[in-house]
Amino acid sequence: MGNVLVFAEHQKGRFPKSTLVALQAGKEAASKLGGNCLVAVLGSELDALAQEVAGYGVAKVIAADDPALANYLADAYAVTLEQLIKANDVSLLLATSTAVGKDLLPRVAARLGAGMATDIVGINADGTFQRPMYAGNVIATVSLDGPVKVVSVRGTAFDAAHPGGQGQVEKASVSLDAAARKMQFVAFNETKSDRPSLTEARIVVSGGRGLKSGENFTTYLEPLVDALGAAMGASRAAVDAGFVPNDLQVGQTGKVVAPELYFAVGISGAIQHLAGMKDSKVIVAINKDPDAPIFNVADYGLVADLFKAVPELTEEVKKLKG
Amino acid sequence: MKILVTVKRVPDPETTIRVKPDGSGIVTDNIKYVINPFDEIAIEEALRIKEKLGSSEVVLASIGTKVVTEQLRTGLAMGADRSILVLCEQELDSLAVSRILAKLVERESPELVLMGKQAIDDDSNQAGQMLAALLDWPQATFASKVELAADQKSVQVTREVDGGLESVGFALPGVVTADLRLNEPRYASLPGIMKARKKEIKEVPVAELDVDIVPRMKVQRMDPPVKKEGGKKVETVRALLDLLHTEAKVI
Repeated sequence: MGNVLVFAEHQKGRFPKSTLVALQAGKEAASKLGGNCLVAVLGSELDALAQEVAGYGVAKVIAADDPALANYLADAYAVTLEQLIKANDVSLLLATSTAVGKDLLPRVAARLGAGMATDIVGINADGTFQRPMYAGNVIATVSLDGPVKVVSVRGTAFDAAHPGGQGQVEKASVSLDAAARKMQFVAFNETKSDRPSLTEARIVVSGGRGLKSGENFTTYLEPLVDALGAAMGASRAAVDAGFVPNDLQVGQTGKVVAPELYFAVGISGAIQHLAGMKDSKVIVAINKDPDAPIFNVADYGLVADLFKAVPELTEEVKKLKG
Repeated sequence: MKILVTVKRVPDPETTIRVKPDGSGIVTDNIKYVINPFDEIAIEEALRIKEKLGSSEVVLASIGTKVVTEQLRTGLAMGADRSILVLCEQELDSLAVSRILAKLVERESPELVLMGKQAIDDDSNQAGQMLAALLDWPQATFASKVELAADQKSVQVTREVDGGLESVGFALPGVVTADLRLNEPRYASLPGIMKARKKEIKEVPVAELDVDIVPRMKVQRMDPPVKKEGGKKVETVRALLDLLHTEAKVI
């Protein structure tokens, strides 16, 4: 077995938790399957970032530092990663299933003629992987054939790596022809929020169709979210109904979260939603329907009218936190 | 312009999925099948582009056995012009699917390929990106807005990414995959259903395409997930908070 290459995504000059998860999974893969754990970091003016990620006990960091890579673009990034894979005896490419990871990895896999497993939650010693299918109703054991394999990692399935042990940093030369530069970055409109991000928050409070409107998210849910210092999420039903933007969606086709504490407020608990939050450490459900399926996964269930219970809970939390 | 839209037949998302006791697959008795919901959004987007431009052709493509005719007929009833069904009995991975689709693109030469961002059965989220790679075309996944330039030669796509919305642009041809908020798909009208009966579903045996469909990714076995037990019901907000504070120690 050749080396494991972790694609280390960075945002605004830092590595989000999802990247530390990929590093941990990459090190685990290397120790179980053989080879060294290498890291690829792509972008422009990367010296500090490359040094930082080299401090996570990896064998080597390869920095592809070029102005053409300043913004993430699938075509240029895929060609660059393919070059790094071929030059470094890589037999497993790995990244977390973030928006970038999901967009990039299949493109690299197809260029290499490699099989890919999405959203893996386990690495087996025999070289197979565990991954969910059918909204988490099935856990499949999958095998990949061929000289190079590609996997994306579910962000909640592995711990974040801790710093320790300085690896070397090597600069890679980047060569991109016109065919690799067909896409242009136009703009990024960041959702402005002072709250923690959904996938990094210790507490997540999600609202569903039971909230009945976008205004009620603001009036009822947000004060609780802020009293707890939590991130806000939503069910697909609430997103479908236009109450909140899609980047708040927790579920099969949205974000997968596993915080220490998860509140499901006015969420019935469709399988598509459970797929995105059932691995949370403690789950609280507030719903007026005692038969709602969400109570089947909740550690603590409160059968109540959310429009009364949520403001009361907000006040109690504020009192408790003093 | 010509738009190719891919269609996958999947179990209805409301269906309860159970794993066979021997782990060889899922229980398929009494399952209702539908068009993958994200593919429906892709069809709708193609139809809207066609309606805006006046002169366009929307071609559906799918892979599977003859049963997929049902889903293609639904897509044709929504308003697509014609369809291609690649007949294949074998289980395919995303790479094989993409290689088949790449062959169809070679034959059909569409300016735009619209796909769903992921199929809700295997949840792989790979085929669009892989097809774009094989064709060496640009790609825009997770699209929430598709804006075609006035000369129809390029496109700007708004993408739903972590922490906000990203816009990318490229000259056509290209691949765009649909996210949830791109549009609200229409229902087939009765006249649409009548018309669809006469529209073409061209069957192409997969062997005729001469592509490598040996899967690189194989499902070895399936297991049900570990079931989580429901916990306590509490009566009051105060009791809930007490438990979270003193028992679970999370607040």
